Amino acid sequence: MARESFYDQVSANRRNSFLMAALVIVLLGLLGFTIGWAVFGDPSGGVVATGAAIGLGGLAGVGTYFRGDALVLSVSGAKEVDASQAPQLLNVVQEMVIAANIPMPKVYLIDDTAPNAFATGRDPQHASIAVTTGLLEKLDREELQGVIGHELSHVRNLDIRFSLVVGVMVGAIAILADFFLRFTFWGGGRGSRDRDSGSGGGGAQIIIFVVAIVLAILAPLISRFIQLAVSRQREYLADASAVELTRNPYGLERALAKISGDPEVLEVANRGTQHMYFTNPIKKLEARSSGLMSTHPAIIDRINRLRTLTGEPPLGSSEAATLSGLE
Amino acid sequence: MELPLIIIIAVVVLLVVFVVGIYNSLVQKRLRIDEALAQIEVQLKRRHDLIPNLVNAVKGYMGFEQKVLTDVTNARAAAVSAGAQGPVQQAAAENMLTGTLRSLFAVVENYPELKANQNVLELQEQLTTTENQISFSRQHYNATVLDYNTAIATLPNMLLAGPLGFAKREFFDAEPEAANVPNVDLSLS
Repeated sequence: MARESFYDQVSANRRNSFLMAALVIVLLGLLGFTIGWAVFGDPSGGVVATGAAIGLGGLAGVGTYFRGDALVLSVSGAKEVDASQAPQLLNVVQEMVIAANIPMPKVYLIDDTAPNAFATGRDPQHASIAVTTGLLEKLDREELQGVIGHELSHVRNLDIRFSLVVGVMVGAIAILADFFLRFTFWGGGRGSRDRDSGSGGGGAQIIIFVVAIVLAILAPLISRFIQLAVSRQREYLADASAVELTRNPYGLERALAKISGDPEVLEVANRGTQHMYFTNPIKKLEARSSGLMSTHPAIIDRINRLRTLTGEPPLGSSEAATLSGLE
Repeated sequence: MELPLIIIIAVVVLLVVFVVGIYNSLVQKRLRIDEALAQIEVQLKRRHDLIPNLVNAVKGYMGFEQKVLTDVTNARAAAVSAGAQGPVQQAAAENMLTGTLRSLFAVVENYPELKANQNVLELQEQLTTTENQISFSRQHYNATVLDYNTAIATLPNMLLAGPLGFAKREFFDAEPEAANVPNVDLSLS
């Protein structure tokens, strides 16, 4: 029963990823089309721009699919480690690899005192997992096992592929929209208006221009909302899968409480990589994190979902601080 | 060629393909069990190799609790010899060994100089990870056995499993916590 539901989850993830990617590509194409029409003044320009937008987005997507993990790791300042440098970390990863029945990923260390971790790669055969030195210092073995179980669940559930590819497409939409809006407001529109005054198609041109502007404002938001909704959902799923692997909800629970009580900020994380981490590394966002624009659910919600697995009553936020032993 | 003959040949060919398909899938499932078992064997062997080192490392420090050490040594010897007696006896002997190791580590906690000893710490970490790997490998082994046992007990494989010599396999003793498989909540929030 549990196994079957796990396979259901993976196939649901595959389906979601496919739908998401399709939706984002359609948005990208639509945006390209209206912008092209608005800028060049006729629908054929729109078709060319659609091709260009999807082509470039696709190219970036493919590039990320194969090289994105290396990029993310180097941006985060992660260094690959072996058993002689971090024996316990490698041991814990090995344990979780056996439990998840996936190949051993490459293991990286980020020299930062803020406790956090992420996984990346295109599939379980090409996966990498990175943790900060702070995580190793502050968590005990069971807690570390919970975090690694969570990250390897992202690997096993194919969340890593989703976050890589869709992240790039959402980025492409944002860049294209941004480009167009700047172009419109900072004088780019002048040229097309001069041309229109001669051709006489001004009415339709203005309408399509307005549509393009509206779309340029909405498309980045819509694509981002979809991405974030799925991202938050997967955090819960990865927590539950981690418990399925470790058979120990308390380690993960304590790890979540400890990390949420930790005041340090992860310096190497940015808006481009924040959604990949174990907990949101940008603390300001964490404060209002049940909001639509957050990449992770609030930690207290994650802890309480774990507690429902073990049939324990939910905690208030002050009790969570006690659990972490940090107060 | 006449039509009835063609039909008969077609049916025979289909039957052969069908039987070969079932046979191959069952062989594959059985191989997965053997592979999972081999994985456990490797880790058990590693644990057996680590224990004498640990016993030697702590022997000098421990005054009164020599019995704990002899328990560990005896349990190790029993576990090594139980390896040949099949998975059930082996699991029992290994669980025994796990118990004695736990009490050894509990005793180590009372000796500050042992807790600070780098060699002992490393051995302790090695044994902990090996023990965890053994228990996760058993989870995996049980999953492969379940898969195989289900395959040979359901139609249509059931009809062929007996004649082709596919017998039911034993599980490792379920550990108590294995019963608590979590329910995954997938509702959107």
